[in-house]
Amino acid sequence: MIRVLLFSSLREELNSSSVEVPALGISRISCLVEKLERLYGKSWGRVLKGENTLVAVNQTVVHDNHHIGDGDEVAFFPPVTGG
Amino acid sequence: MLCRALIQEDPFNVQVETQRIRDVSNKMGGIVTFLGVVRDFNEREDVQSLYLEHYPGMTESQIENIAYAAGKRWNVLGITVIHRIGLLSPSDEIVFVGVGSKHRGDAFLACEYVIDYLKTEAAFWKKEGTINGGRWLSTRETDFEAANRWKQD
Repeated sequence: MIRVLLFSSLREELNSSSVEVPALGISRISCLVEKLERLYGKSWGRVLKGENTLVAVNQTVVHDNHHIGDGDEVAFFPPVTGG
Repeated sequence: MLCRALIQEDPFNVQVETQRIRDVSNKMGGIVTFLGVVRDFNEREDVQSLYLEHYPGMTESQIENIAYAAGKRWNVLGITVIHRIGLLSPSDEIVFVGVGSKHRGDAFLACEYVIDYLKTEAAFWKKEGTINGGRWLSTRETDFEAANRWKQD
């Protein structure tokens, strides 16, 4: 399984903080987003592919269409605003 | 270098935290602290509350990485970062950065470096509560500019 986490405004827009998706056939982040779109609707694709959306794989921010697989944790969130 | 990175809902005590940094080493010559406070205003309307969330696990590691990067760049003896989460009110203390070093120059620079990177890289998100409802904040361009200064040196 791949564990998907959503934070902040993304969590509110999609009304979900985490989902689990079978890893079969998912090798990259783009495949995961397509799968989520098919499972939960077009709004997921729109939000997760948003221009400002950031992605972390296993708690490290990645800037490319990163490889992912079974057991990975993939988080989507907007730019950070701490401090 | 001793690093403490804490994320908590509870308030912190600046005096106690500053003393903890003093106690790190007898070689301590100066401590620079930054204290962030919740404002009661922003671009648009009066702010009544501020809600903060983080990414448990990742945010702590990010803060430690920022602190250790500062420790490599400057001669510092101790760094403490405490960031509050949850529901806060205007005038609440939100973040503490304390840096102790043998000489003040290193402490000033390292403290500013840590808060600049914390604002642009650590996974925290703020939502303001106003009379017209809640609004997630977006990163300020001036925060990116502040962090980018450290890349040019």
